[in-house]
Amino acid sequence: MKQSGNILFSGVGGQGILLASELTAYAQLEAGFDVKKSEVHGMAQRGGSVEAHLRYGERVYSPLIDPGTADILVAFEILEAARYLPYLHRDSAVVVNTQKILPPAVALGKMAYPDNILDELTDRGINVVAIDAFAVAKEVGELRTANVAMVGAMSNFLAVGPQAFLDVIDEKVKPAFREVNKKAFKAGRKLVYHN
Amino acid sequence: MAFDENDNKLWLSGNEAIALGAWEAGVTVASGYPGTPSTEIMGNLVKYDGVYGEWAPNEKVGLEVAIGASFAGVRAFATMKHVGLNVAADPLFTASYTGGRGGLVVLTADDPQMHSSQNEQDNRNYAFAAKLPMLEPSDPAEAKVMMRTAFELSERLDTPVLLRTTTRVAHVKGVVEKGERVATASASLEKMPAKFVMLPGNARMRRAEVENRMIAARELAETLPENRIEQGSGPRGFICAGTSYNYVKEAFPDAPVLKLGMVWPLPETMIRDFAASVEELIVVEELDPFLETHIRAMGIDCRGKDLIPDQGELNSFIVRKAVDPDSVGDIFAPLDLPMRPPNMCAGCPHRGIFYGLSRLKEVFVSGDIGCYTLGFLPPLSAMDSCVCMGASVTVAHGMSKALGEEGKGKVVAVLGDSTFMHSGMTGLLNTVYNESYATVIILDNRTTAMTGHQQNPASGKNIKGEPAHAVNLEKLCESLGVPRIVVVNPHEINETRKVLKEEIASPDPSVIISRAPCVLLPEMVKAKKPVYCTNLDNCSGCMACVRLGCPAISWHPLTPTQAVDRGYKKKQKGYAEIAEVQCNGCGQCAELCKFEAISKREEN
Ligand SMILES: Cc1ncc(C[n+]2csc(CCOP(=O)(O)OP(=O)(O)O)c2C)c(N)n1
Ligand code: SF4
Ligand code: SF4
Repeated sequence: MKQSGNILFSGVGGQGILLASELTAYAQLEAGFDVKKSEVHGMAQRGGSVEAHLRYGERVYSPLIDPGTADILVAFEILEAARYLPYLHRDSAVVVNTQKILPPAVALGKMAYPDNILDELTDRGINVVAIDAFAVAKEVGELRTANVAMVGAMSNFLAVGPQAFLDVIDEKVKPAFREVNKKAFKAGRKLVYHN
Repeated sequence: MAFDENDNKLWLSGNEAIALGAWEAGVTVASGYPGTPSTEIMGNLVKYDGVYGEWAPNEKVGLEVAIGASFAGVRAFATMKHVGLNVAADPLFTASYTGGRGGLVVLTADDPQMHSSQNEQDNRNYAFAAKLPMLEPSDPAEAKVMMRTAFELSERLDTPVLLRTTTRVAHVKGVVEKGERVATASASLEKMPAKFVMLPGNARMRRAEVENRMIAARELAETLPENRIEQGSGPRGFICAGTSYNYVKEAFPDAPVLKLGMVWPLPETMIRDFAASVEELIVVEELDPFLETHIRAMGIDCRGKDLIPDQGELNSFIVRKAVDPDSVGDIFAPLDLPMRPPNMCAGCPHRGIFYGLSRLKEVFVSGDIGCYTLGFLPPLSAMDSCVCMGASVTVAHGMSKALGEEGKGKVVAVLGDSTFMHSGMTGLLNTVYNESYATVIILDNRTTAMTGHQQNPASGKNIKGEPAHAVNLEKLCESLGVPRIVVVNPHEINETRKVLKEEIASPDPSVIISRAPCVLLPEMVKAKKPVYCTNLDNCSGCMACVRLGCPAISWHPLTPTQAVDRGYKKKQKGYAEIAEVQCNGCGQCAELCKFEAISKREEN
């Protein structure tokens, strides 16, 4: 099992990044790792870019991922995947939701949403897995589970098995939403085959 | 789940850990004012039994409440963000003289990088200036333990103790071990005038005590377990504290480190011995050269800000690069992408006011701090200054005095309800008393939204969500002497514009209360709201609605051919569309559209 790692979550305020990073952190804690997670509250949550840094290992000191050292980037929006390029290295895996949320300058018609921006990552040899997390969420019948579907897809890149995540969902998610979140996790996980 | 049950281990944020630490340390009374990154401490603390916690209207009030509780003999705690300590500095500097009876700890949460703040001040300077011990944890586990240490020091040395966090401690989650609550002291009345009445005669005596206690604190610092040397190898030795310690440990895991848990006063002998044991001494700290300056003042040579940036946050990459530039490899350069700054929510009541102000180009908008500060951003771009909480009213008054007749009808102040309670009221009193014409707009969204929706004295609820007295803003302004007071519903955008024009033009001081709840209040989230939709056939591409800047509305540009294909006139530049899932039903855009292209979706 990999003894340490850095997982970066990025997206737009309100997309459920905190829950996604929280579930992942608990699964890593369950696996016996020390885990630190850093997030920013306040101004950043009003629809701006948001990020959460998660680091695990035997003993983690810094709560921040250094540039060039994110092993996995879980991006909830396409632009928000591209924005974090400086954190990636050639062997990083990027799991990205194919949703586009227009930033203000684009919504106002002042700038264009960049086309094929993910090519900038693949051109640098980075492994990019694009998934439609909303479609998964729709299929399981609860739109708000897109974030957990993302966690499911990302989980393929971690040594800790799916059961740890399912246990955490049982433990941390309100009873009424447990089953649907577990479904979303499993469906997300199935979208990616990784060896 | 296995993790939780194991050895009482919890997974907590720094702020949650501090609340737990306060409870374990036997805190009985706590008061604070919200401010990122300190806010969650008080919210969590009131969930524990046996603690009284409250939201004060501002930090000065909060600290004075805590001082009172300490005078009554119990352990007391005040929380605030870094700039909050400026507001509370007056009681802080004299409480340094009085000391207390029960332990008194003051938490200051600094925000290097200004993630959510208007400045980047380094509050370690307050420890020096007010002559107070200050502790600084590196992570949530330490933060919890240090709360206990802070109270013990406070009582042992008869002094308030400062505990400083930064964003990367307050909002970091880590593993924390749960402990037991200590036995709490019971409150009693005891008169100690020589200690508590700070008239010159008494204060001069206490002044000497302050110096004596700092000598004792300096001695204590030498043996305090929170200050420790971690042996290592190599020519470089590091001195660091707080989150900088983490970055040093990651960047130079084998190097010897002197970790300071108490950042004021400093353990001089320990530092001297450590300095003598290494070839090169490097001080790694965020923001000011605080440790460096005081270490140099001891006559000890070291490196510090000649290497380490004095602005913004650090991380281990920055530290490694600063100290050993050859050891870091290339990283991918950032792409040039459209920025994504925060924006007021879809349906935010503030938007109605800022839309009105954005149409009054000649008016200077003296702004303030809250969600509404986002009214500065395009397309509304309707804020011309913002200094500190409450300054909107006073800056507008000062401008009107400077401008005289020239400025009539051209100056307006805008601030939120919580900010008005915090420090806007006194400014308004001044505006009336010293007669100026500036119009003051109070954005009463029934909450302190910016920091995550805390209750305040105008919201009708206390920190636990229980009913509380709600100040009547109209009557309050009336008794301050404001001759003109108008209440508007900011979602009625045309009426609001009319009122803005009239009141700003008026030669008398006037207050406009803009009243509509924040859409993120739980009761508003639950409420059934109408949804507005775009009838694209009717859209003329005039962009009137787009200029509101609602995140639910987006503009789709068209080429002439595309315009014709869609059945529009050839010269139509595009069309606007509402993302109905994002719409919060405020109706502002519908009122602005003259072409019947926006309408309420009929229930089916
Ligand atoms: C002295 C000080 N204390 C606390 C803060 C943090 N803070 C920023 S805005 C704000 C309150 C905003 O509430 P309100 O005025 O009601 O506006 P809203 O966000 O609800 O629109 C607070 C507490 C600060 N910037 N300065
Ligand atoms: S949280 Fe409330 S006050 Fe703040 S932008 Fe959103 S609707 Fe407006
Ligand atoms: S009604 Fe219009 S302005 Fe209001 S939230 Fe909906 S789209 Fe935005």
